[in-house]
Amino acid sequence: MGHTLFDKIWSRHVVTTLSDGTTLLYIDRHLIHEVTSPQAFEALRLAHRAVRRPELSFATMDHNVPTDDRLAIRDPISKAQIDALTENCREFGITLYDLASDRQGIVHVIGPELGLTLPGATIVCGDSHTSTHGAFGALAFGIGTSEVEHVLATQCLLQQRPKTFRVEFTGRPVPPVGAKDLILKLIGAIGTAGGAGYVLEYCGEAIRALSMEGRMTICNMSIEAGARAGLMAPDETTYGYLAAGPRPFAPSGEAFDRAVTFWKTLPSDPDAAFDRTISLDASQIAPQVTWGTNPGMVVDVTGRVPEPDQVPGYSRADVEQALAYMGLTPGTLMTQIPIDTVFIGSCTNARIEDLRASAQLFNGRKVAPGVRVLVVPGSQQVRRQAEAEGLHEVFRAAGCEWRQSGCSMCLGMNPDQLKPGERCASTSNRNFEGRQGKGGRTHLVSPQMASAAAIAGHFVDIRTWQTNSV
Amino acid sequence: MTPFKTHRGLIAALDRANIDTDQIIPKQFLKSIARTGFGAHLFHDWRYLPDGRPNPQFPLNAPRAKGASVLVVGGNFGCGSSREHAVWAIQQEGFQAIIAPWQQRGATRVPAFADIFRTNCAKNALLTVELSEPEVQEIVQMVDRYPGLEATVDLDRQRVTLHLAEELSFHFEIDAAIKTRLLHGLDDIGLTLQQEAAIRAFEARHDPQLPRPT
Repeated sequence: MGHTLFDKIWSRHVVTTLSDGTTLLYIDRHLIHEVTSPQAFEALRLAHRAVRRPELSFATMDHNVPTDDRLAIRDPISKAQIDALTENCREFGITLYDLASDRQGIVHVIGPELGLTLPGATIVCGDSHTSTHGAFGALAFGIGTSEVEHVLATQCLLQQRPKTFRVEFTGRPVPPVGAKDLILKLIGAIGTAGGAGYVLEYCGEAIRALSMEGRMTICNMSIEAGARAGLMAPDETTYGYLAAGPRPFAPSGEAFDRAVTFWKTLPSDPDAAFDRTISLDASQIAPQVTWGTNPGMVVDVTGRVPEPDQVPGYSRADVEQALAYMGLTPGTLMTQIPIDTVFIGSCTNARIEDLRASAQLFNGRKVAPGVRVLVVPGSQQVRRQAEAEGLHEVFRAAGCEWRQSGCSMCLGMNPDQLKPGERCASTSNRNFEGRQGKGGRTHLVSPQMASAAAIAGHFVDIRTWQTNSV
Repeated sequence: MTPFKTHRGLIAALDRANIDTDQIIPKQFLKSIARTGFGAHLFHDWRYLPDGRPNPQFPLNAPRAKGASVLVVGGNFGCGSSREHAVWAIQQEGFQAIIAPWQQRGATRVPAFADIFRTNCAKNALLTVELSEPEVQEIVQMVDRYPGLEATVDLDRQRVTLHLAEELSFHFEIDAAIKTRLLHGLDDIGLTLQQEAAIRAFEARHDPQLPRPT
């Protein structure tokens, strides 16, 4: 019987199997940010342990970073955490893309940009959205701070082998339905724990037709389905992205050709068996909007806020609690829900393609009165590219704020937060209570849906709208 | 790591499913570079009113929950962000074990604890106990009915016992490797470093810059 993409990556990284059945897995790339690493470095210091392979770890600052005046951080506690990362990288010899770097950005945006994210590799980071990198056919998953310390000290992790779950999207979504709608639809279908214990492998015509940006959006939210990792087979789209430079850590020239020869051996064999499978028809998927307080609480934009006893997989109490927090009445049409804030950004949807799609809606239109719109590029490189294409002028002319790169209002660790009761159409990944600010209400949507909501002041079915090329 | 063998203490319940790590420890408390000081912020946004006073509606603020060290919660506990601060906050508020239900829902087994959170707990010797939904509901009912109820969590025997007039016990399953590590307080990094020869041999045949077969 054949092997899955997951099997092939896993087996090539097994250092040894311990007597209790635990696998010691080798880690090719370790990404670091300022929030989940300081205690790991401190523990190394206390134990007089060194970093085993400092050249395989790469750091940046993203969670805490202000997106207006980024070099003058007013919050002293944020500044202390950012300074600690600088000092830790210096002491342990780890490459850092700091706030002065033109390659700084959200860790899951810059990894692929730098060519650090390669097919067949194992990649970890102290951040649950590390699943993003699976879009390249890398086994990538989030870890806690103790595991960050473990990787720093040993370049390995102790792991139990997960099961595999094949997620097929047949057909093609009808634009402007895209990657964000596909992944929200999946999470709605299998639930926020539907992928627990599995590595997801996304496949099918809809996935093959996606750009790398769209693929990253889908893999990014694997964790919102409870799966630690999501994978996609590398193909010509992947190789094309990796060949487009400058990606200093990707192979080039003859080494690139040799790499492609290897990468072509990675896709799951036709007769490979998966522990679970599901198939969704992408051509039937409508734009998605969340109504509740987790990403599985989602409906078509043409739908309504559900009745508390009509949501499969959730108790009446769960739904009532979510609706009370969200300030929503059952039966309300999703398109009748007004919003006052729009966030276009995050490791889910802040890449150049996301900003282009958003700008096409804002071009020639204005943000509705009373609506505040933050456009936060995922990295400095995305920011430069967007400015080279004139997208920032489109956003500003429409009435949006054009910001510096960082995690920003996805989690509001920096000053970009919702106030209690504010309602946000957000391109991020989590609509948990308080996620974007205490008392703030988050609706997860695609960049196109968020942009249209900014213009209309409420959710709209973007399939009825025209886009305007920039 | 401090070993976990057995623990007896007051049991308290927060009967809600899908509690994510943003609720356990909100982001404004993640800026610390220390490993301590998180306990007072556990469940912050539920626990405190906007003016900073304790929210009397929050179950863990009830006088009967004061001093509790065993926590019963709903399924898929600890989903979302990988922040280990969530585990530190729970421990620093005095909890030594968490009990949650798993549930079979169609093709999906909803786990008691989210994956990354469960690993983080094991690394810190915070015991995660997984029981069936009916068993956890029975425990929640007993906690409601008998203020001051204590529970013993015995890792070696894989048993939770409620100290009622007539004791009520539940058997739980746990990964054998995690159990051994917790019982003996083993340091994972120390264990891995004992595999130095294997790691060296692997590195000699593996190029992490381009991980392909050699």
